[in-house]
Order: sequence, then C-alpha cells, then structure tokens
Amino acid sequence: MTTTHTLVAEELTLAYGERTVIEGLDLAVPAGRITAIVGANASGKSTLLRSMSRLLAPRAGRVLLDGRAVHRMPAKELARTLGLLPQSPIAPEGITVSDLVGRGRHPHQGVFSRWSREDDAAVAAALEATSTTELAERAVDELSGGQRQRVWIAMALAQQTDLLLLDEPTTFLDVSHQIEVLDLLTDLNRVRGTTIVMVLHDLNLAARYADHLVALESGRIHAAGEPGTVLTEDCVRAVFGLESRVIADPISGKPLMLPIGRHHATAPVAAEVRGASEALSPR
Amino acid sequence: MTALAAPPDAAVDSVLHQRTRRASRRRLVIVVLAVLVVVAFAVTLMVGRTFYPPGDVLRVITGEKVPGASFTVGRLRLPRGVLAVVAGLSFGLAGVTFQTMLRNPLASPDVIGISSGASAAAVVGIVLFSLDGTAVSSLAVAAALGVALLIYVLAFKDGVAGTRLILIGIGVGAMLNSVIQYVLSRAGQWDYQEALRWLTGSLNGTSWTTVLPALLALLVLAPVLLGQTRNLATLQLGDDTAAALGVRVERTRVIAIIAAVGLVAFATAACGPIAFVSFLAGPIAARIVGPNGSLLVPAALVGALLVLVADLVGQFALDTRFPVGVVTGVLGAPYLIYLIIRTNRAGGSL
Amino acid sequence: MTSVLSVPAPDAAPPRRPGSVRFLWLLVVLAALVLLMAASVAIGSRGVGWGDIVAALGGSQETVAEAAVTKRIPRTFLAVLVGAALGLAGAVMQGVTRNPLADPGVLGINMGASLAVVAGLAWFGLFSATSIIVTAIAGAALAAVFVYAVGSLGRGGPTPLKLALAGAATAAALTSFITAIALPRGDIAANVQSWQVGGVGGATGSTITPVLPFLAVGLVISLLSARSLNSLALGDELAAGLGERVALARGLAALGSVLLCGAATAVAGPIWFVGLVVPHLCRLLVGVDHRWLLPFSALAGACLVTASDVLGRIVARPGELDVGIITALIGAPFFIAVVRRQKVREL
Repeated sequence: MTTTHTLVAEELTLAYGERTVIEGLDLAVPAGRITAIVGANASGKSTLLRSMSRLLAPRAGRVLLDGRAVHRMPAKELARTLGLLPQSPIAPEGITVSDLVGRGRHPHQGVFSRWSREDDAAVAAALEATSTTELAERAVDELSGGQRQRVWIAMALAQQTDLLLLDEPTTFLDVSHQIEVLDLLTDLNRVRGTTIVMVLHDLNLAARYADHLVALESGRIHAAGEPGTVLTEDCVRAVFGLESRVIADPISGKPLMLPIGRHHATAPVAAEVRGASEALSPR
Repeated sequence: MTALAAPPDAAVDSVLHQRTRRASRRRLVIVVLAVLVVVAFAVTLMVGRTFYPPGDVLRVITGEKVPGASFTVGRLRLPRGVLAVVAGLSFGLAGVTFQTMLRNPLASPDVIGISSGASAAAVVGIVLFSLDGTAVSSLAVAAALGVALLIYVLAFKDGVAGTRLILIGIGVGAMLNSVIQYVLSRAGQWDYQEALRWLTGSLNGTSWTTVLPALLALLVLAPVLLGQTRNLATLQLGDDTAAALGVRVERTRVIAIIAAVGLVAFATAACGPIAFVSFLAGPIAARIVGPNGSLLVPAALVGALLVLVADLVGQFALDTRFPVGVVTGVLGAPYLIYLIIRTNRAGGSL
Repeated sequence: MTSVLSVPAPDAAPPRRPGSVRFLWLLVVLAALVLLMAASVAIGSRGVGWGDIVAALGGSQETVAEAAVTKRIPRTFLAVLVGAALGLAGAVMQGVTRNPLADPGVLGINMGASLAVVAGLAWFGLFSATSIIVTAIAGAALAAVFVYAVGSLGRGGPTPLKLALAGAATAAALTSFITAIALPRGDIAANVQSWQVGGVGGATGSTITPVLPFLAVGLVISLLSARSLNSLALGDELAAGLGERVALARGLAALGSVLLCGAATAVAGPIWFVGLVVPHLCRLLVGVDHRWLLPFSALAGACLVTASDVLGRIVARPGELDVGIITALIGAPFFIAVVRRQKVREL
C-alpha cells in the first residue's frame, strides 16, 4: 500500500483572536515520508498542526488535502484519511485500553451502524502494532506514561488513516520510551507507507527520524528540507537564538546539535562564541 | 513492535469478546434498572392511604371505571407517578449529558444554577404574571437557556475552563435562589411548602396539565440526545481528539446543550428542581455500568428510580410527609461531599 | 540576558499607601456608617418625621411613629454588629486560608451554625439565649474544620476551587438537613426560613445583649491576629522563617473568625457574601496590610448590612426583604467577578 495523498498549506495565516501566530505560510508535506516540525516555544508548531487537521480555521489561505480544502470537507470523510493525536488527549475515567482504541473507529461508523468484524480487526491490528495487546483489558489510567502513549497511538492507528499528525508524541516520556515511540512511527511509515507529520521538541531526535525537517521561526518557515541541509549552526541560532556546534551523529550519520551555552565550553570555543555574539549584537 | 500485518483471527476474536462483554454488562444493567423503575412506578400507583391491588390499578389504566380507584389512582397517583418518571428521566439524561460534555461530575445543571434559573422563571411567571401551563414552561425554558448562555459567557476567558464554569455557576445559582425567595416574599404570604417546591422540588398536587408539557418535551428531546450518543462518547477524549476523529465538536455541543437545558427546564417548570437528581444520576450510573459505553440511558433510568423511590420515602416512610426534593437533598448532598473528597484525594482534575 | 543577578531598581518596589489617604477613607466609612444608621432608623413601612426620631431617641414612645422608631433602634444596632462581625470574619478567613473566595457563607460555616441551632431547638430543647449562641459557635467551628479538611485533601492543599466547592456542597447538605429537621415540627418550621435566610428584623435589646460578650471576644482575637496574618500571607514556610508559630497563629485567627460568624448567625441567621465582598473592597481602599484591613472590613461590613437592611425595607414595601436575600443579590455577581479574575491554574 503506497499513499499518494498530498497535504499542502497555501499562504496560510492563523490567529487566535487578535494574536496572529502563523502568517502567509506555504508548506508541502511530502507523501509517504516522515516530516518533523521544530521550532522554539510559541513559534506556532502546534497551531500549524491543528490547522492542517482542520481543528483551527485559517484566517487567510487554505490547507489542501488532495487538492480539496480540508475545512470544507465533511468531518468524517477527512477523519478517514487524516488522523491527529493532540498533545494532551483525555482518557475518560476507568476506560479500558481496548475500549479507548475502539473509539478510533468513530469516523468509520454511522449513527446507527453496528460494529463490524472489520472494526474489531482494526482494533486488534492497532493493539498488535503497538504491543498493547496484553494491556487490552487494563484501565488506561493505571498505565505508565510510555504505555499510555502507545495506547493513544494505537487509537490513532485504529482510525486507519494514510496521514497521521502527532503533536509532540514524546513529551513526558523518558528517553527509552521516546525511542520506542519514534521507532514505532518509523515502522508504520516503512511498512504501511503512512505519511507522518509530527511536532518534536528534541532537535536531534527530529533530525534522526525525519526525512523532511521544517524549522519554524515566529510563524514563518525558516528552512525546510533534508535534515542534513536544514539543521545547521546558523539555523539553530536563527530559530532558537542559541550558539551551537553541529556535528555528524556517529550512530546515524544525521546532523547532531550540541548547544554551547555560557559556562561549559572549552576556551577556544568560548572565544569563538563571544566573537560571534558580539558580531551579532547591534553595539 | 514491528508487526503491522493483518492480525490473526484469535486476536480479532479476543477484541470482539472484550467488546461484547462490555456491551452485555451495560445491557444487563439497563434491563435491571428498567424493571426496577417499572416496579417502583407500580408501587407508587398501588400504595397510599388506601391500598389498591395491581388488578384494580391495571383496570384504571386501561380506562375502566373502578369505584374509588378511578379517582385516587387515575387522577391523583397516576399523574404524580408519571411526572416522577418523566422528571427523573429528564434530569438524569440532562445531568449526564452536561457531566460528559464538560468532563466533570460537578457540572450538572442543578449544581451550576441552570435548574435554579428555570425555577426562578417559573416562580416569576406564576407569582408576578399569574401564568400557568405552557406559558410557565416556555418562560422556564427561555430562562434556563439564558442562564446557560450567561454562565458560558461569564466563564469564557481564553476558552472555557470547567473549574471556572462550575464556580460561576454556583454563584449564579445562589443569586437565583435569592430571586426565588424575593419573589415569593413579594407574593405577600410566605408559604413554606410552596417555597420548598421551587427551591428543592416537590410532586405534591400534580395534575395532568402540569405533566403534559414535560412529557412532550421528553418525547421530543430524548431522541435528539440519544442520537448524539456516539458523538458525546467521543467528545470525552477531549475536543481536539474528537474533532480529529470526525466529530463536529461545536455542533454536537450546541445540540446537546439545547436539548439538555430544554429537558431540565420543562421538568423544573412542572415540579421544581428536584435537588441533586441530575447531579447524582450520572455518577451512580457510572458506578453500576462501569466504563462500558454510553451512560445516557442508564443515567436516565437511575434518575427516574431516584425520584420514584425518594417520593415514596418522602410520603410514607416517615411520620411527616416530605416533598421529594428534601429527600433527594438529604441523600444527595452527602454524596456530593463524598465525591469531592474522593476527587481531591485522587488529586483529580478538580 | 547577561545581567541575571542585578538588583531591581528601587522605584520598582510597590508604592506605599500613605497613611493620610487611609485616614481619609476611615473618616469616609465612618461618616457613611452614621448616615446609614440614621437612614435605618428613619426609613420603614411607616414614614416618620425628625421630631419623632428625636423624641424616640429620648425614650418617648407616645405616638405610633415614636414606637416604630423605638423598634428600629435595636434592629439598626443588630445590623451594625452582624455586619461588622461578618466583614471582619471574612477578612480573617481570607487571610487564614490565603483564599480570595473565603467567606463564612460560601464556606458553609454560617449554615453549620444554623443547623446546630435548629437541631438544638428540635431535639435538645435549647432555651436560653446563651446556650443557643454557644451551640451556634460550636456548629460554626465544626463546619469550618470539616470544610477546611475536605478542601485541603489532595494535591495543592486548600485551593480556592476546592475550598469553595467543599463549602458550597457542605452548605447544600446542611440546608437539606435543616429543612428535614424543621419541617415536621410546626413550632420550629414557622421560623425555618429565618434559619436559612438571615435577617435582622424583630431584634430587641434582649436578643442582642447575650451575644455581645462573644462578639467582643471574637473581635479582640481577630484584631490581635492582624500581624500574624501579615506573615501568613507570605506562605507558611516563609512565615515560619520569620519566627511565626504558624499553626498557633492560624488556629487563633480561625477561632476569632468562627466566634464572630457563629455568634452573628445565632442572632441573625446565615448571611452570605458579606464576608466575601467587604474585604475585597477594603483591600482596594487601604491595601493588604491586615492591621488596616481588619478594622476597615468591620466598619464596611456594618455599612453593607445596614444598607442592605434599609434597602430590603424600601424595595419590598409594604413587606420587607431579609438582609440575606439582598446581600446574596449584591454578593453573587461580586463572587463571579472574583472567580473570573483568577487564573485557571490558581483555582
């Protein structure tokens, strides 16, 4: 199964009330690849993701899925092609894992239609894929953070969409669970060809796992493309206001960013940083 | 964590099995509750100063003339029993809808002042404008919708936070209760029984004319709410998740709020805001059903059962006849405190 | 970004409210109170002239008008006493709990006093005024401890939301119990409304006198705790660091406020929102220093209740409206405004 769905933002302007968050942004999500969006806090990453899944109507411009504006599409039809896992989804008190994963079947069911074997199969597959089959009868609120995140991803998988958007799927997870989740998403992409778009906090993980890296800086795209070309020392300075050194990651060969800061650098690096920041400052 | 192929049949069967078990538990609860409601309703019709056997009661219901029973059962007990069921179903449905939608058991219409709004409007209509029947109901519906809107608008600041909405609702409720007391005191003579009806709810003196608007409202609005069952269940996962799953969040919310407020208002116009029924029905239903699917129907049945039983207790269990709202108040308020203690302990979302 | 450790400029310190402004406000509030008391004596369902008032104050009861005035004098005093007690109790309570929503009514403490009195009347044949007052204070104390305990459970201690919810729930429970106890007993049921809605009508000298010692003790304890409330405002740990015995200070202040609102409820029934509104307004006038805030809250509380009583006599002519209804109508919007000002995570 290969997906050729195109997801494109055209001259997108997004705002909450008076506050404009994204202005005139163009973005094409490469089909069948993993895209990671990075940027400083409040740079508009989550806002962009919410708008691409029609949760936030654009002030201007549009988001097109296969050439159709997502904000005009019927809600359930869109939800059969494009799924979103928000940053902090809410599990109802006492709900079991298999019940929660089953909620992901919502867009495939009519008001009066009954559960089909196809629905059960989708739930079973999602549980298998996320290794949560053993947890199926447990209550979600009893699970550890890592397990819970896998269950939520299972719910998004049960939705069986060709595009999956995730808002910081690794926050609140320790490092081994972060890797576990990102590996799972990579499997999903490689095996099913699911197009994945995720907001990530960790630049280095983003660079390692993404095929396509988008760096946002106060509502505009600073750079987009292969991680190797996007993640540079200049980019980190522009996007995060941070001096850094970018080297080749000895594990993956992808770029690896090392922050410098004011205190721990060895003398030659420190001098170089001071020179750079003096050159930057207006006086 | 690598297998993404089609799952084996055994795995699918296990999912199917878990799902049917959840559904059958819920079905069982619904059947048992429905039977209990019918039994309590039958007892309401039979028991009183004079006992009438089931046969007499049945003959009255089917329209035969039975000396004595035709009046006592047909004109006194039947409307009272029907109103108890109708009001209980309405309060239960509306309460659990609000609680589900705002994801907080405290957000029921009686805690956040919506019932008080309907009640205040009914009192104003009756005392100041000498209205009755449909006019009172319409006024109550308008007022309840107005109060709901007011609370929503007042709670709106960078989005609606459930906690803020609840506190503001409590404040609005306190004010509306003062309005009720003010209007009743303007009426000249302070009739404590009448005041109790509008402050805590009572089924005393029910006639068919008071029952009818509430019954019609239930017949129209309950199907509307039940049609939203799946959307409401998905809404429990949070607005964003629900929207991503194809729920039209705002539309679902508006439909559910209007239907639930309508149910509360019509029932309140008939018998006052029977204390804590809409608050209690949902959590009790959740306790019995467990996390096994929608609570709408179980909560409605629990509501009806609560009102029927509380009215029986209020009428016959003690030396004095208590209005039903006093009984549910005495039972419900400690449960409210227990719920707060439990939620605080768990460090929950409160 | 580099000057992390620099000292803030001196002009960034909060401006001190000059004493003269506070003194001016003190005069204004006192003048208002005197005017309101005069209005309370003069206004009622029967209109009276100044001559009647002067004559009545001189002890004459010869005409109907003079008799009416004579009846209004104790009522006015009661309004002043109750208002002062509730305003002061509210200010102390907000200080003790560091909670802007604290109020003897919102926290259900007045209802605790009410229920205790009703239960006492119904079951234990309470008769003497003093025993009623003591029962009311005990009920208030129990309710206060209960609500505080329930509201403090769990994460974050007694947050405004948890305390207000525990209080509202407790008040609702107590109200139900009052109705259930009073309804079957005709003798009490006649007065049941007065135990659910507070009012100052029908006061005489003999209803006021027994409560005076309790109010006086409560007043003294509360006013003396002003300094420790100032320390407690900085948080328990910091207060302890400043040498305050936190538990003792908090217990004493709470005792003072419970005495005040219990005694006030014993004579006037439960009155909501006075203890909420008054300290907030006074904070706007004189700032957060409890040594000023507490006496001001007492005076302003007296003004509010007296004004409410007068208003209740004007709007519901020829009947009259209980103070408790008026203060709820004024206070609830205020409560909502305070809630709206809080940030969500502070609730």
